[in-house]
Amino acid sequence: MLEVRLQKRFAPAGDAAGFELNAQFQVGAGTTVLFGPSGSGKSLTLDLIAGFSKPDGGRILLNDRLLVDVGTGVFLPPQQRGCGYLFQRHALFPHMSLRENLAFAATSLPKLERHRKVTQLLESFRLTEIAGRKPNEVSGGQRQRCSIARALVVEPAVLLLDEPSTGLDTTLRHEFYEILARLRDEFAVPVLLVTHDLEEAFILADQMHVLIDGRVAQSGSPREILNQPASAGVANLLGLFNLLPAEIKQLDPGANRSKLKWNDVDLEGPYYPARLLGDRVTVCVRRDEIAVTPKMGKAEKGSLVLTLEAASETARTALLHFAGGLIVELPLEEFAENRHHREWTLRFPTSSLRIL
Amino acid sequence: MDYFPLVLSLEVAIAATAISLTIALLVAWALSFLEFRGKDLLDAAISLPLVLPPTVLGYYLLIVLGRESWLGRVWESLTGSPLVFTPKAAVIAAVVHSAPLLTKYLRAAIESVDPIYIKAARSLGLPEWTIYLRVVLPLCQRAIAASAVLAFARSLGDFGVTIMIAGNIPGKTQTLSVAIYDAVESGNASLARTLVLIVSAIGLLVVWLANRMNPPQALRS
Repeated sequence: MLEVRLQKRFAPAGDAAGFELNAQFQVGAGTTVLFGPSGSGKSLTLDLIAGFSKPDGGRILLNDRLLVDVGTGVFLPPQQRGCGYLFQRHALFPHMSLRENLAFAATSLPKLERHRKVTQLLESFRLTEIAGRKPNEVSGGQRQRCSIARALVVEPAVLLLDEPSTGLDTTLRHEFYEILARLRDEFAVPVLLVTHDLEEAFILADQMHVLIDGRVAQSGSPREILNQPASAGVANLLGLFNLLPAEIKQLDPGANRSKLKWNDVDLEGPYYPARLLGDRVTVCVRRDEIAVTPKMGKAEKGSLVLTLEAASETARTALLHFAGGLIVELPLEEFAENRHHREWTLRFPTSSLRIL
Repeated sequence: MDYFPLVLSLEVAIAATAISLTIALLVAWALSFLEFRGKDLLDAAISLPLVLPPTVLGYYLLIVLGRESWLGRVWESLTGSPLVFTPKAAVIAAVVHSAPLLTKYLRAAIESVDPIYIKAARSLGLPEWTIYLRVVLPLCQRAIAASAVLAFARSLGDFGVTIMIAGNIPGKTQTLSVAIYDAVESGNASLARTLVLIVSAIGLLVVWLANRMNPPQALRS
């Protein structure tokens, strides 16, 4: 278990704005993802944990071992931390063969033990055949496997990964995800992975911390975070939500119902505890939860008719942009059949209207 | 023609290059990788010989190493002969002439190594010395070799400090540069011309060698 509480401040300098990291989170077994936009302090956090940089305040505990405690002046050098670190560019030593890279990492082990361990890891990561080659003579995937094997030589207590899949093509990316699963199941190393890729976070994370502007904005499983973003910042970052400024017009706890007004449109939501009539709130609706159909004939009561302003297509879905900035996600084939329609009917399922 | 100055100069330059390289590797490591009080002072002190006139340096060395000095007496009691006005003094002069520049070259070389490799090695628990010797230096070995070759050329060319502390004793401490000065002074134009051509040829060869030693692409960050 890795327990992190860190502060680090950077004063504004020249045209660079100031930045303050003030993050607190835990990393347990399995894969923990630190998710955030670039500039949110993810890589800095990783560097502080690994010992490449000194924090201004806070402490880091790894399996009850104190790595850093600014209050009492404890600051272990990276060598004594037991944190494996995987770099985006792998950082294999270019002047050593793959085998030498692993053996060099195992310098502190007795000779026989070293040989056994290196051979076993090379075998385990399917590198035995090419172990004599230099890093620039093997493929990107092989380099990545080698850098993971090298990190495992010293049996780290936690593995830190900085945007490991950036720049990998889909095949390599999935191969890498399989290796990460092995790290969890076979090697039982807790992993802290930094990424700004939402899809990756969802595939990999057992636990996820959302980092925005140097602070942990929300922690939980990816599913929990997607179901209930803690703030507009988180919802915006996930990029899957509409955020609608609205006013509470009616609250009915008995029927578990409420009425909200957004841009002269009445919306019907569930009952919101601890809210009052007249509260100005932000309604958060996932793009794919809004039911949308082309308007045929007369609009039925309680539905909303909006004009389609633009549409963009991704690999699997279409994004429909409506007046008022509302975005709805629709399976591509459903949209393809109706792309000529201008007027669409929208319905908001009651449970989809979350309030921030 | 007397080849003594040429042979002496080559011997002095080889010894001085080896000593300078050792000093420069240590100082460049301390300046690049260690945090300590007085680091700026060390940096300034190591650069001082680059800006001071050779006569000033020679004067300092005479005071520190001369027969009346503490160090000079210790040396003389240990070895039975003085340090100044011997070939050893010529080596010291050449070291003072080449070590500062070599330190600057080496520092630039080792700081050009991508820090990612150093971080990786540290996260693998490897001691700082091991990282320096087995990661940093091999990754900039060609730059180091090129710097050493240039330092050799510089050691070969010292005049001011050499004449101050090693003197101009033909057959004992007279190096190439001093011999050229001596030949011109005594009107021996043909000897001066020959020696100048030899020094120029060596210089040209050395610069050509150093230029060929550019680090290969694969080792660049």
